[in-house]
Amino acid sequence: MKLFISIIVTVSVVITTAMAGTLKITQNSSNANTQKLWKEQIIPLFEKENPGIKVEMTIYDHEAYKTAIRNFLQAEPPDVVNWFSGNRMKFFVDQGLFEDVSDVWAKNGLDSQLSAARSTMTVKGKQWGVPLTYYQWGVYYRTDIFKKYGLGEPRSIADLMYICRTLKKNGVTPFTIGTKYLWTAAGWFDFLNLRVNGYDFHMSLMDGNISYEDNRLDKVFDIWGDLARKGYFIENHASLSWQEGQAPMINGDAAMYLMGNFVVPNLKEGGLSGKIGYFQFPVIDGNVRTWEEAPTDSVHIPTKAKNKADARKFLAFLAKPKVQSMVAEVEGMLPTNNQSAAPTDKFLKIGFKVLSESAGLAQFYDRDTNPEMAKEGMKGFQEFMVKPDREKQIRKRIEKVRKRIFKK
Amino acid sequence: MQVNFWDRNQLRLTPVFFLAPAMLLFTVYVVYPIFSSLWISLYEWNGVGEMFWVGLGNYIEMWEDDRVHTAIWNNLIWLIFFLLAPLISLGLSIFLNQNLTELRFIKSIFFFPFVVSPVVVGLVFSQFYNPEYGLLDFFLKSLGFQPIAVLSNEEIVTFGIILAALWPQVAYCLILYMTGLAGLNREIVEAGRIDGAKGWKMFWNVILPQLRPATFIAVVVSVLGALRSFDLVAIMTRGGPWGSSTVLAYEMVEQAIFNYRMGYGAALATILFFLLDIYIAWFLFRVWLNEKGRL
Repeated sequence: MKLFISIIVTVSVVITTAMAGTLKITQNSSNANTQKLWKEQIIPLFEKENPGIKVEMTIYDHEAYKTAIRNFLQAEPPDVVNWFSGNRMKFFVDQGLFEDVSDVWAKNGLDSQLSAARSTMTVKGKQWGVPLTYYQWGVYYRTDIFKKYGLGEPRSIADLMYICRTLKKNGVTPFTIGTKYLWTAAGWFDFLNLRVNGYDFHMSLMDGNISYEDNRLDKVFDIWGDLARKGYFIENHASLSWQEGQAPMINGDAAMYLMGNFVVPNLKEGGLSGKIGYFQFPVIDGNVRTWEEAPTDSVHIPTKAKNKADARKFLAFLAKPKVQSMVAEVEGMLPTNNQSAAPTDKFLKIGFKVLSESAGLAQFYDRDTNPEMAKEGMKGFQEFMVKPDREKQIRKRIEKVRKRIFKK
Repeated sequence: MQVNFWDRNQLRLTPVFFLAPAMLLFTVYVVYPIFSSLWISLYEWNGVGEMFWVGLGNYIEMWEDDRVHTAIWNNLIWLIFFLLAPLISLGLSIFLNQNLTELRFIKSIFFFPFVVSPVVVGLVFSQFYNPEYGLLDFFLKSLGFQPIAVLSNEEIVTFGIILAALWPQVAYCLILYMTGLAGLNREIVEAGRIDGAKGWKMFWNVILPQLRPATFIAVVVSVLGALRSFDLVAIMTRGGPWGSSTVLAYEMVEQAIFNYRMGYGAALATILFFLLDIYIAWFLFRVWLNEKGRL
C-alpha cells in the first residue's frame, strides 16, 4: 500500500512538473502573417526569456473560434486565450470563466502603460486580461475625387453634407458601404450617437439602461435617415459584404467609406495607393467631445486553466512595449502600450494621433452590447438604411428586444 | 449432449448483438439529443452559465415573435414552391426518356446539380444575383431592364433562394422519375396502345399511375427539403435582409449559436421537430396502408 501511494505521488509530481513546463495558448487570426509571427518570433522569444516553459499554440478559424471558446472555457481550457475586450469579455467574466489578472497589471506597471485600453479591460474595478492591439475607425476617402471637385476634409456635419451634395450633383455617390453582414451599419450608428449624445449616454444605451425609443436618439436617426433618403449611400448595399463594398470606391463610383483601418491594405491593392485619405468622423454638436471607436483585441486566462503561473508571465510578456509593436506592425494595428515605438505607416500615424487625443474609446456596437441585442439592433440598422421611413417600427422592434434582454 | 446457454438462445441473441452498435449510436446521438433538446427548451440558458426554468415561456414568446412569424411564413412559401420540383422533373423526365445517344450528355447535365454540394449551389447563385457584377444583372441590363438586387429585396429574396434550391432538387426528383420510367410495365403500355390511347390520354391514364411510387417519394423528399431548408439561407443571405428570408431551421441556429439563447433555439427546434413528425407519421401511415392494400 505504501509503495502504491508513493508511486501515485511520484507519478503525479512528474505530471504536474510536465504541466508546469507547457503553456497552452490559442490563436484565432486567419492571417497567415500573424500566425507566422507568433510561431517564429513571439513564442521563441518568450521561451528564451523564460527557460523551462514550452509554449503550445493551437490555431483556430476566426469564426469557429467564437463558438468553440464557449465550450472549452467550461471543459478543458488552454492557459491563455484570445478574445475581445468590452462586453464580449464581460460576458465570460460574469460567468466566472476569466481570471482576475489585476495583479499582473499592478506588478508590471501596466495601469499607466496601457492606460488607453484600461477601461475596456475593467469590470467591477478589476482587470480581466491584457490588451494587445487596437485600431481606429474613421472615414477613408478618395483624395483625387475630393481634389477634382475642390473639396477639403470636413470638420462639422454641415461640411460633410456640403461634400455629399457636391459629389451627388456630380454623379458620385458620397458613401460606399456593404451591409450584408450587418456590422458595418453599426459603425454609423455608433459614431452618430457618440457625436450627438456622447460616450456616457452611448455606453448606458449599450448596457441596456436607455430605451431605443428615447427622444435623445431622434437626432441620430434624423441625420442618418437624411443621408439615406438623399441617396448618399450606394444602392443595394444590403447585397454586399464589406469587401464587396470596396469596389464602388475603387472604381470611382463612390468617394468615402466609414470603416476600420483594416480597409487600407485592400484599397491599396485595388490600385488606390496615394489616392486615399483619412478624416476623423466630423463633429455634430460642438459641446460634445470627440469619442472614437477603437476595437481592442486582448488575451485572457481562463479560470479553469492549469498553468496559471506561467500564463501570468506570458500576459506580462505580451504587454511589453516591444512585443506589442511586433504584433501591431504585422497586423497593421496600433500597439496598446504607450511606450511602444510610434507607428511609421501614414494611416496608423493619423490613427494614433486621433485616438490619443480622443476623449475616450468605444469598442464597437457588437462588442459593447449583449450579443443578441447587437444582432437584432444591427438588423434594424440595416433595414433603416434601406427603408428610413420605417424608423418608428424599427426602433419599436429593437426596443422590444432590449426590454426582454435587459429586463428593464 | 450438453446444451449451453449460447446454443439455446443463439437465434434470439444474434439479432440483438447485430443491432446493438447501431442502437447504441442511435440512442446516444439521436434519441438522447431529442429529449435533452425538449428539456432545454423549458429553460432560459446562454449555453455557458446557469439555466433558469421558464416553463413554457419560450413557446409563449415565440407566439409573439415577429421573426418566428416571418420564418413560418417563409417555410410555407418554401413548401408550396418546392413542390414545383416533382412537377418540373416529371416533365423533364418524359422528354429525356428517349433512346437517343445525344441525349445522354444532356441527361448528365441535368443530373449534375445533384452531385454539387449545397454550399457551392449557394455561392454560385449568390454570384449570379450579385447586383454589381452578376450574370442576372448583365442579362437584365442588356435587355434594357433595371437591375434587381434579388438577395437584398425583402419581397423577392425568399423566391430567389428557393429558385437556387430547386436546381438540385429537380435533379434529385428527375433521377426518381427516370428510374420509374425505366421500370414501366411494357405490356400495360402496349395494351393501352392497342386500345387506342395516345398522347395526353396515354400519359394520364397509363404512364402516370405507374409512376405513383416515384411521385410519392418525390413529393415526400421535397416537402422534407422545404421544411428543413437551412444551408442555402445560411450561405446566401444569413436570413437577411433584416431577417426577411429566415426560416425556422435558420432561426434556430441563429438564436442558439449566434445569440447565445440555447433555450429559445431548442424551443424552435422542438416546433420544427413536431412539424416534421406529424408529416413523417402521415407518410409512414400511407406506406403502411399501401402495403396492406397490396398484401
